Amino acid sequence: MSDILERVRKIVIDHLDADPDKVTEKASFIDDLGADSLDNVELVMAFEEEFDIEIPDDAAEHIQTVGDAVKFISEKTGG
Amino acid sequence: MRRVVITGIGLLTPLGWGRELTWKRLLAGTSGAGRISTFDTTDWACQIACEIPFKDGRGHGSAEMEGAFDPDAVMSAKDRRRVDDFILYGIAAADEALEDSGWRPETEEDRCRTGVMIGSGIGGLKPIADTAIELKERGVRKVSPFFIPSALINLASGMVSIRHGLKGPNHAVVTACATGAHAIGDAARLIKYGDADVMVAGGAESAIVPIGIAGFIACRALCTAYNDAPERGSRPYDRNRDGFVMGEGAGVFVLEEYEHAKARGAKIYAEVAGYGLSGDAYHITAPAEDGDGGYRAMTAALKDAGLKPSAINYVNAHGTSTMADGIELGAVERLLGDHAGKVAMSSTKSMTGHLLGAAGAIEAAFSVLAMRDGVVPPTINLDDPEFESPIDLVPNKAKAMTVDVAMSNSFGFGGTNASVVFKRAE
Repeated sequence: MSDILERVRKIVIDHLDADPDKVTEKASFIDDLGADSLDNVELVMAFEEEFDIEIPDDAAEHIQTVGDAVKFISEKTGG
Repeated sequence: MRRVVITGIGLLTPLGWGRELTWKRLLAGTSGAGRISTFDTTDWACQIACEIPFKDGRGHGSAEMEGAFDPDAVMSAKDRRRVDDFILYGIAAADEALEDSGWRPETEEDRCRTGVMIGSGIGGLKPIADTAIELKERGVRKVSPFFIPSALINLASGMVSIRHGLKGPNHAVVTACATGAHAIGDAARLIKYGDADVMVAGGAESAIVPIGIAGFIACRALCTAYNDAPERGSRPYDRNRDGFVMGEGAGVFVLEEYEHAKARGAKIYAEVAGYGLSGDAYHITAPAEDGDGGYRAMTAALKDAGLKPSAINYVNAHGTSTMADGIELGAVERLLGDHAGKVAMSSTKSMTGHLLGAAGAIEAAFSVLAMRDGVVPPTINLDDPEFESPIDLVPNKAKAMTVDVAMSNSFGFGGTNASVVFKRAE
């Protein structure tokens, strides 16, 4: 779990050029980290790449925070 | 009739980042050409181009080099992922032009009266090529959400408007190598017609990428005989020329309604006095051999300006260093008649290379700076002129002369022609 969190955080920090201190589990990509809807699409693609999983569009719509991503990926990978 | 003047100029060219630096190097006869630095051209017919010198070493630049381009100073790495280089270049040139003009629209009304028209000949070739490969090799889910907005030509205008809050007309010209000239002419007309009081207008291009060079090689348009001597490759009017050398970059003007500029005490470079357009209706890549398309564009521009050919002091030629040089020269001689012996005409593509959709914009800037400083830039590498002409082609050395009226010509694939006339603003 903590490994997944760190890998998700790194992707988010890199892609959004975000302040690492602000990239907490509760942080919303759009509301807190300056992303727009296209950034969200790109983040989901980066998560797919990093964790070698597929995130369907309907699931992707519900991934709005760092915590959402960690939760989805943990369930998907059994981590 | 509303008059239109130039109050700001921004340039990012193979000679460097910044208007005055580019101009200084241009007058010194500096070539921006080198071997292509960003991809392997081994065994390619053309291996040279005029790349922008970047601070990070790309394009033969360096951190120590004066005027090396630093993208980090323009946009964050995150924002740059959303734009192709042609948009980045357009933004950099627009920033400089707006800064130079001193025009910072603050009120909603001022914002709505300020528009953008930055065109490109080809737009985001690199993202198109890269994404095509990605799609084929890895499938539809690997296509970036930023692919389309990074490649679309009008996104240069879009990004500049977003960055500066410019809510007036937002438009983009696409007429191959005539794009920059058409953008300036069309934007000036929007001001004359009353759609805007200020337009940020010009062209941007970034086609020095494998698919761009390969495509123009296939058209047999590029210089191939000077791979070992890149600086000598672009040689308009010279007997030993064999094709154009591709350049990249952007040129942007701030165009402004005359009374609007005067009321705020703006510095005025020159007036956009006339603009003429025509089509060849002849061939997809070659100009009509009688040069009539160019002749008609120039004639229309002079008529629009209310000037006679005898008013012209300087012509910035399209002059690409191809077979077409002689066709344009003949058309200009026909236009000028007995006055030809008093006119200077140079091709600055001998130094900057051919910036395609940005060419007309940077060359319009050079025409206006020649007027400002009383000196016209040279045509370098003109060692063995193929043509005998009464017109001074300004071989190899800049020439001091008074320029009150300058004309800039741009012609594009498809037989599209544009000519813009500038005169000293009273």
